[in-house]
Amino acid sequence: MILDDFMVRAALAGVGTALAAAPLGCFVVWRRMAYFGDATAHAAILGVALSLALSLPVFAGALVVALVMATVVTILTGRGYAMDTLLGVMAHSALAFGLVGVSFLTNVRIDIMAYLFGDILAVSRADLAVIWGGAAVVLALVAWRWSALLTATLNPDLARAAGIQPKREQLVLTLALAVVVAVAIKVVGVLLITAMLIIPAATARPFSRTPEAMAAIASGVAMLSAWGGLRASYMLDTPTGPTIVCVVAVLFCLSTLISGTRRRA
Amino acid sequence: MNESLVQTTGLTVRYGETLVLEGVDFRIARGEIVTIVGPNGSGKSTLLRALLGGVGPSAGRIEKMPGLRIGYVPQRLVLDPTLPMSVTRFLGLPRRVTARAAEEALDRAGVPGTGTRQMSALSGGQFQRVLLARALLEKPDLLILDEAAAGLDQPGAGAFYRRIAAVRAETGCAVLMVSHDLHVVMSASDRVICLNGHICCEGAPEVVAEAPVYRALFGEGTQGALALYRHHHDHHHHRGQDAAE
Repeated sequence: MILDDFMVRAALAGVGTALAAAPLGCFVVWRRMAYFGDATAHAAILGVALSLALSLPVFAGALVVALVMATVVTILTGRGYAMDTLLGVMAHSALAFGLVGVSFLTNVRIDIMAYLFGDILAVSRADLAVIWGGAAVVLALVAWRWSALLTATLNPDLARAAGIQPKREQLVLTLALAVVVAVAIKVVGVLLITAMLIIPAATARPFSRTPEAMAAIASGVAMLSAWGGLRASYMLDTPTGPTIVCVVAVLFCLSTLISGTRRRA
Repeated sequence: MNESLVQTTGLTVRYGETLVLEGVDFRIARGEIVTIVGPNGSGKSTLLRALLGGVGPSAGRIEKMPGLRIGYVPQRLVLDPTLPMSVTRFLGLPRRVTARAAEEALDRAGVPGTGTRQMSALSGGQFQRVLLARALLEKPDLLILDEAAAGLDQPGAGAFYRRIAAVRAETGCAVLMVSHDLHVVMSASDRVICLNGHICCEGAPEVVAEAPVYRALFGEGTQGALALYRHHHDHHHHRGQDAAE
């Protein structure tokens, strides 16, 4: 069967993650939540440590800790600390405790690098089911709340006048972000997840006239990068997660160059 | 016709220790144009936010007519430069409208043919008119404007308020405005509320303009301006219009 080929599984995992991350990444860019994404992702390593200690699926542990992290940050924001200070404290503490926690697990031989930078070539069929299931949940959530999210992003009062609760929409985004983090751990790892959220969206911006166009182009860019990165890492024998991010970074540079030239012309 | 769209009873709002609004009894009926005036920090915007549901009352009640449709025009809308937004797409937020309905709304708002432009490419005057067009597409029972003409020059603001009076006449919606442009706004209002943490006085524009509390807050000068505006309000100057128009 076709899924027996590890390259096919890896490609499907990459494309699935790209599909979930890109539209959500647009909101992360529009709402300036990049650091929020980073914090959620870093916290997930603590989830990985807990999962391994308790013999739970890594996906579940990462999801729970990412959710807790996102919720705590949302609640604490505006209570004395600036958002970025709070995120900085929590993200790096969670990452450090996670790394220390993993070092205590002497009976488990794990390669922590696989969770920091992803290990897409080791994706199993079960992983693939989790990735595509998670991606479907995120896409459905974002599509369902699209208009409300967009209105709340423009202006909270404008949203309230139309009967939309901005707090609830924020929660939807937080939830979706936690799922994407949990899904993407295996593919690009916690340190590079934010790249897959932000860079495709930023690459799409100069070529978009509507929010929908930007989300669509970002999805295309993300999928192309996932596939291209996988091919490149196979040919060059480089780590796959970082290679995928390198490809999307190059696309971003091209996009910036092209839009810069167009503006000057 | 005298049915209340929104009514507050003893509305009190605190931000932490600071008392912003105290014991405000407010109501607006169908088809009424009400203007709230008051100095900076008098709680005007807080009252609007409370009516929209953005801040909860510390005491008192806010009652809205069931199924009330509100059209809201913010003071200004800052679009993040990373968010692409064409005028037509903006008009369809949060509920999609047909291309034709969007075109008609832009015609009526006095900014025809701007549908394909980016919101960020509009001039200040065009931007406010597009905001108004979007609010009207909601077919509101109540139109709420928060200093919506603050960024416009005098002829621009005059035209904006004439447009709002026309909208009321056409659709019968109630209009609630907050404004600094006292002389322009007041003459278009059925009722003026002078707010300074609590309601200082309210009534017809002429009555409020003569009231001692109002004069104490705003000085004598505005009363003269009110008279001046009424005298000149039917002619239109073309100088000083927005450069992009």
